[in-house]
Amino acid sequence: MTDDPTTALRATRLGRRFRGGWALRDCDFALPAGRITALVGPNGAGKSTLFHLATGLLRPTSGDLRVFGAEPGSQAARDRTAFLAQDKPLYPRFTVDETLRFGRELNGDWDHASAERIVRAGNIPLDARVGALSPGQATRVALALAFGKRPDLLLLDEPLADLDPLVRIEAMGLVMAEVADRGTTVVMSSHVLSELENACDHVLLLKQGAVRLDGDTQRLCDTHVRVTGLADPATDDGLPPDVDRATVVEAAVTGRQVHALLRHSDWSPAEPWIVENPSLEDLLLAYLRSDQPAEAAGAAA
Amino acid sequence: MIAFRIDRRSGVATYLQLAHQVRQALRLGVLEPGDRLPTAKEVVEAIAVNPNTVLRAYRELEREGLVEPRPGQGTFVRRSLAQPAAAADSPLRAEAAAWVGRARAAGLEREDVAALAASVLDDAFPLPDPPPPFIPAQKQKPEHTHTQEEDT
Repeated sequence: MTDDPTTALRATRLGRRFRGGWALRDCDFALPAGRITALVGPNGAGKSTLFHLATGLLRPTSGDLRVFGAEPGSQAARDRTAFLAQDKPLYPRFTVDETLRFGRELNGDWDHASAERIVRAGNIPLDARVGALSPGQATRVALALAFGKRPDLLLLDEPLADLDPLVRIEAMGLVMAEVADRGTTVVMSSHVLSELENACDHVLLLKQGAVRLDGDTQRLCDTHVRVTGLADPATDDGLPPDVDRATVVEAAVTGRQVHALLRHSDWSPAEPWIVENPSLEDLLLAYLRSDQPAEAAGAAA
Repeated sequence: MIAFRIDRRSGVATYLQLAHQVRQALRLGVLEPGDRLPTAKEVVEAIAVNPNTVLRAYRELEREGLVEPRPGQGTFVRRSLAQPAAAADSPLRAEAAAWVGRARAAGLEREDVAALAASVLDDAFPLPDPPPPFIPAQKQKPEHTHTQEEDT
């Protein structure tokens, strides 16, 4: 179980506490290798903490996290992992060429040709100073640096923030091409849910430091239903009494109408109800909005 | 070669949009038998979707007998969908235009005509079976862009 090749990132009762409290607590998940996982959650949900734990920049307070079976920060894990932090740290005084050569010095298995190709494809002169690049060009150089490392696991913390729409597609296209080429496992956080919909095939949703949703995106959409119909005035949430309340992710009454998202429900309403599978964005929004406590995690805090 | 585009608001699954665009290109003669489809890498670099979405679209087209993967070379068009009988100057089109004209003269709105035509089409062309479930490849090694092992 420690070295399962189909799991890229495995957390077992993972927790990390800061002075202000628990950033992550009792998290269990196994992110599949060769897939593109969307890491979703409100600000402060623990997304960046998770990235820092996965790269060994932070140590867990409790529990355990493994990268392809190895301890984050160990040589074995570092060789296989590339991390692009939110602020894309590059040395502004270096030229692009110096930045790439720096990458070659720091990494044993370095693919200089690929890194240079990515930079050239963006029409970025190799002798330009990094500090003088546009945000889009800097992202491209940062991605070139990450891909040159030939990682098996690529961690991207808000890679598209502060980029214009054209550059966003270009940057995401670069990541997808790398996945198509090398089967790289990607874990990517973003607040722009619509952009994740076409790119990601797995989702990990964190809220208040706990895992709220973890699974294959298609499966999640298939096992949830969006129902809309006439509200039942006799119940608090407007849903008929025969709906198993444990399956209700969210329910909202507007006038005479009730609109709800149900999970794994065997409740199949008759004709006047509209029943449809949610889009990924719809599903994630419902979980982000819903306030039901994640198991009993809040009780002990 | 064709360029794909994605309508993110259409509500139609992305892989179906891609497959539809290939069929459209085959109907228009933009793609002909023997042409190579763009590789998954080329497609995803341009439109930023998950590579498995492209592979799924190509598998769907393969299932329909329209394309075939050739190991190590890519995915190639097997047959055309160009129908001379459906061309802009064909008698069939003239008949359809005359029928739409009569429907309009009878007071039907565009949506009424579309619904009527759709119901006739449904009678004449029953819906095919849904495609088998798609299992994304668990790719461990690079290369083989167009073949996939089933994960078990």
